[in-house]
Amino acid sequence: MSKRNYTNLNVNPCKMCMPMGGSLAFKGIEKSMIIIHGSQGCSTYIRRHIAAHYNEPVDIASSSLTEEGTVYGGSSNLKKGLKNLIRLYQPSVIGVLTTCLAETIGEDIQGIIREFILEEDLEDKVHIIPVSTPGYQATQYEGYYYALRQMVENLAEEVAHNEYINIVVSDVTCEDIRELKRIASFFSDKIIILPDISDTLDAPYTSEYSKLLSGGTKINKIKLMGGARATVEIGALIKDAYSPGKYLEETYGVPLYKISVPIGLEYVDEFIKALSQITHKTIPKELELERGRMLDGMIDSHKYNGEGVGAIFGSPELNLAISSLCIENGLTPKLVMTGSKSKKLKEIIEEKAKRFHMETIVLEDSDFSTLQPMVKQCGINILIGSSDGKFVKEKVKVPLIRVGFPIHDQIGAQRKLNVGYKGSLRLLDEMTNTLMDLKHDDYRDRMYDDYYTPLLKA
Amino acid sequence: MSKDPIILEDRKSFVLLNEKKQNNTIDCEKDSVSGAVSQRACVYCGARVVLNPVTDAVHLIHGPIGCSSYTWDIRGSLSSDEENYRNSYSTDLQEENIIFGGEKKLEAAIDEIVETLSPKVIFVYATCVVGVIGDDLVGVSKKKSKEHNIKVITVQSSGFAGNKKDGYKAACHALLSLMGEKKKSDEKDFVINYLGDFNLAGEAWIIKKYLKEIGVKTNVVMTGDSTCDQIENAGNSQYNIVQCAGSMTYLAKQMQMKYNIPFEQVSFFGVTDTANSIEKIALLSGDEAIMEKAKALIAREVDKTNAILDQFMKRLRGKKVAIYVGGGFKAISLIKQFRDIGIESVIVGTQTGKKEEYKKIRDLTDEGTIILDDTNPSELEYFIKQTGADILVGGVKERPLAYKLGLAFIDHNHERKHPLCGFVGAVNFIKEVDLTVNSPVWTFINEQGGEGYEQKELYQLERQSL
Ligand code: SF4
Repeated sequence: MSKRNYTNLNVNPCKMCMPMGGSLAFKGIEKSMIIIHGSQGCSTYIRRHIAAHYNEPVDIASSSLTEEGTVYGGSSNLKKGLKNLIRLYQPSVIGVLTTCLAETIGEDIQGIIREFILEEDLEDKVHIIPVSTPGYQATQYEGYYYALRQMVENLAEEVAHNEYINIVVSDVTCEDIRELKRIASFFSDKIIILPDISDTLDAPYTSEYSKLLSGGTKINKIKLMGGARATVEIGALIKDAYSPGKYLEETYGVPLYKISVPIGLEYVDEFIKALSQITHKTIPKELELERGRMLDGMIDSHKYNGEGVGAIFGSPELNLAISSLCIENGLTPKLVMTGSKSKKLKEIIEEKAKRFHMETIVLEDSDFSTLQPMVKQCGINILIGSSDGKFVKEKVKVPLIRVGFPIHDQIGAQRKLNVGYKGSLRLLDEMTNTLMDLKHDDYRDRMYDDYYTPLLKA
Repeated sequence: MSKDPIILEDRKSFVLLNEKKQNNTIDCEKDSVSGAVSQRACVYCGARVVLNPVTDAVHLIHGPIGCSSYTWDIRGSLSSDEENYRNSYSTDLQEENIIFGGEKKLEAAIDEIVETLSPKVIFVYATCVVGVIGDDLVGVSKKKSKEHNIKVITVQSSGFAGNKKDGYKAACHALLSLMGEKKKSDEKDFVINYLGDFNLAGEAWIIKKYLKEIGVKTNVVMTGDSTCDQIENAGNSQYNIVQCAGSMTYLAKQMQMKYNIPFEQVSFFGVTDTANSIEKIALLSGDEAIMEKAKALIAREVDKTNAILDQFMKRLRGKKVAIYVGGGFKAISLIKQFRDIGIESVIVGTQTGKKEEYKKIRDLTDEGTIILDDTNPSELEYFIKQTGADILVGGVKERPLAYKLGLAFIDHNHERKHPLCGFVGAVNFIKEVDLTVNSPVWTFINEQGGEGYEQKELYQLERQSL
C-alpha cells in the first residue's frame, strides 16, 4: 500500500524546498540575516510562510535575479544584494542560500563571496556563510540540517576542550527550546543550543522594535562547538552528510549522541539519559517527579486515547517522535506520511509498533492526495500534523491536532509545548481530549439511532 | 529625507513625498533592488494568483516542489461547484530531471492527470528552473493537446523573467488562448464579463447579485468561480467591466482587439465606489429599465449602509492609515474608502503600481503623504514612525511588522475570510477597522510600552492599595 497514487506527479505536497529549511535554521542565530540567491519569489514565499506560522516579521533578502542575471551570471546581483543588506541591517552573520535557479545556472557562490569579502574589506567584520540548497535536491528537512552543518563548518574552530554541551535541535517550537534548556540546566549551565529560535521567532513585545534580534545562538558559542564535551543531536534520521554533529565528531572528535525529538516517554528518557551520561550527574528528583506525573497522566487517559487511530504527517523527525508517543499510549499511528525520503523512519516506527501489536503504514516521499483516500479506508479518527492537512480535515471531517510546520490557520504555534515529559503530556492531553469530544458530542444521537430506532421498528 | 540611511541609494527614486507645488514623479514598474527585502513575489506567483480560481481546470506546476507547495490554495477563492483548482499538482522535479531535462516527466504527468481526472483543460505553469533548462513547454502542450483531445495550455511564468505583473500578463494570455470564437447572437439582454474578481469569501457572488437585481447578466467572472466553458464563451459579451486593474486591464484590452468588446473600469470597494460603479454599468447598458432599477438599489443600499457606518465613524475620527498593497488600483480605492469613513492616508504604497496610478494617488492624497513603490520593512517602519500612522493595511508579511510596531492592522490579502467589496463589504471593512484600531490591547501598549513594570502608574496603584 505504500505506493503513491501518481508516479510522475506530486499532488498537495507534504514538503517544502531546501532554502525554507535553511532559512529557519539561520533565524536561530544571533544578529543574522539571510539572502536567497535566486528570483524574488522564492524569498517572498518563504517569508510569508514563516511570518504566518510565527506571527513575527521575517526579513529575508533576495538577490532578485532577473533575465540578465540568469544569462550572464548573478555575481554582480548577489554582491549588490549583500552590500544593500549590510547597509540596512548590519548583521554579524549572513546566510547565503541558493535556489533552484542559482544552482542550475551554476553560480559559484563560494567564489563570489570570497571576492566580495576582499573587495569590501569585510574580513572579520561579518561572517558570510554559503549554503547550497537547490530546491530540487531534497526538502526543507535536509535544508535545515545542512544549513546548520555549514554554519558549524564555517564558524567552529580548533579550540581547546571546554565544558560545553552542544544541543542541535530539530524543527521544534520556541517553547520547546525553552523547555529543552530548562531540562538541560539540571545537568549543566554550559549548553549551546543550535539554532535557538526561542527569542528570535517568539520575541516579547517591547516599546522599541529592533529588526535584528539579539536572541539566537551566539557566534562565539558556535566557535566553541568544536571543543565541546559532546553533541546531542536531535535528528535520529538525518543522513550523515547533512549532520552538523557528525561533522564535529569527524573533524574535532566531539562525541555524538544522535537522538530522536524528546517527545514520548522513551525519547524523553533517552534525552535525559544522554545528558546524565555526558555530565556524569544523576537524574535530579525534579525530573523524576515530572516523569512520574507523565506516567500518571498516561494511565488516566489510556482508555480514551487507546480508541484513537491516527494519521501523522510532516517532517520525518517529528513523525517519528509523535508516532512513538502515540504507540506508548495505545493510540495507533495507522498512517505515517512524509514528503521527504527516509527509509529509517519506516524501520523504526514499524519495529516499535510491532512490539505493541500495532500495524502502521509508513509512506515516505509521499503527498496528501495519496494520504487522503487512505484516511477513510483506515478508519482514522484523528489527524496529527501541520496545517497542510487542512484539506484532508475538510474533506474527510476528521479533527486535526496541529504540530510541526507550517501552522498558518491557528495562532500560537510557537508557544505549543510538545517536548519533555511536560510537553508530551500536554500534547497527549490535547489528543485525548479531542478524541473524547468526538465520542461525547454525538453519543446521544448515536445511541438513539443504534438502539432506540430499532426498538421502534421491532 | 534623502539623507536617511534607511533608504538605499538605489531606492531613492522609488520614494516620493507628496508636495503639491513640485511636480515630482516616482519611479515604478522596475525590477526589485537586490538585497532590499522587497515584499514582492515573482512572475509565477502573479500567474498563479490570477489563474488559480478557474475551478474545473487542472493547474499543473512544472518545476521543483517549493513553488507548488508555497502556492497551494493560495487564494481563498470559493467555488459553486468543482473544486479541482484547490489541489496543487506538481511535477516535483528532481536533480536528474534538471540535468537531463524535465519534458518526459511533464508528459507522463499530463498522461496521469488525463487518465485519472479527464479534465477539459490543463494549465501548465513554467517555473524558474524549467525556463533555464529549456524544456519545450509549448511543444509538449501541443503534442498532449492533440493526443488527448483536450486543451493543454502553457503559462509562461518563469520566475526570473520579469516581476509579478508579467505573471498577470502570462495568465491573461492563457485565458485568451482558452477563449473561443465569437458567435452570432441574438441576445437581447445586457451581458457583461466581470474581470478581476477572485471570489474571495464570495465577493463575486455579491456583485453578481447586484447586477442581477438591476437586470444585467454576467457571462463570466474572471477568474473567481469561473469554469473553462464560461471562459471559452467570454467573447460573446457586450461589455467588460474591470475591477482588479493590475491583473486584468491587459486582458480587457486584448479582448477589445480580438472581439471588439469595450471595457470600463469599476471598483466595488467602499460605498461611494460601489454606488458609482453600479450606476456606471447601468448607464453603459443604455437601458432605461436597468437605470431605474440601479437607482432604486443604490438609494436603498446607500442609506442602509451609511446608517451603520455612522455609528462607527464617531469612534474612528482622527486616525491615520498607511496602505501597502499589491496593485495601484486597489490602493486608490482604499484611499477613497478610508476617506469615506473619515480616515486620511499618510502612506500609500504598492508592489506593482503603474505611472498613471501613482499620479492618481498623488492627486488624491494630501500634501506630505509618503508614496512608495516596491517598498521594504525598513522603509515601512521608518515612515510609519515618522507619520504616526495608527493603522497599516497589507498582507500576511506586513501584519507581524505592524503588530511589533504597536499598530492596528487590516488584512487585505488572499486569505481573508470575509468579503470587503460591495455594500456588505463596506460594513465589514469599517467593523474590521474599528475592531483593530479600538482594541483594548493598544491601551496597554500606549500607556505602558513593552516594559510595563517600569511605569509610574503601576507603582502608584500598588501604593494606593496598601
Ligand atoms: S522550489 Fe526552487 S524555485 Fe521554487 S521556491 Fe524553492 S528554491 Fe525557489
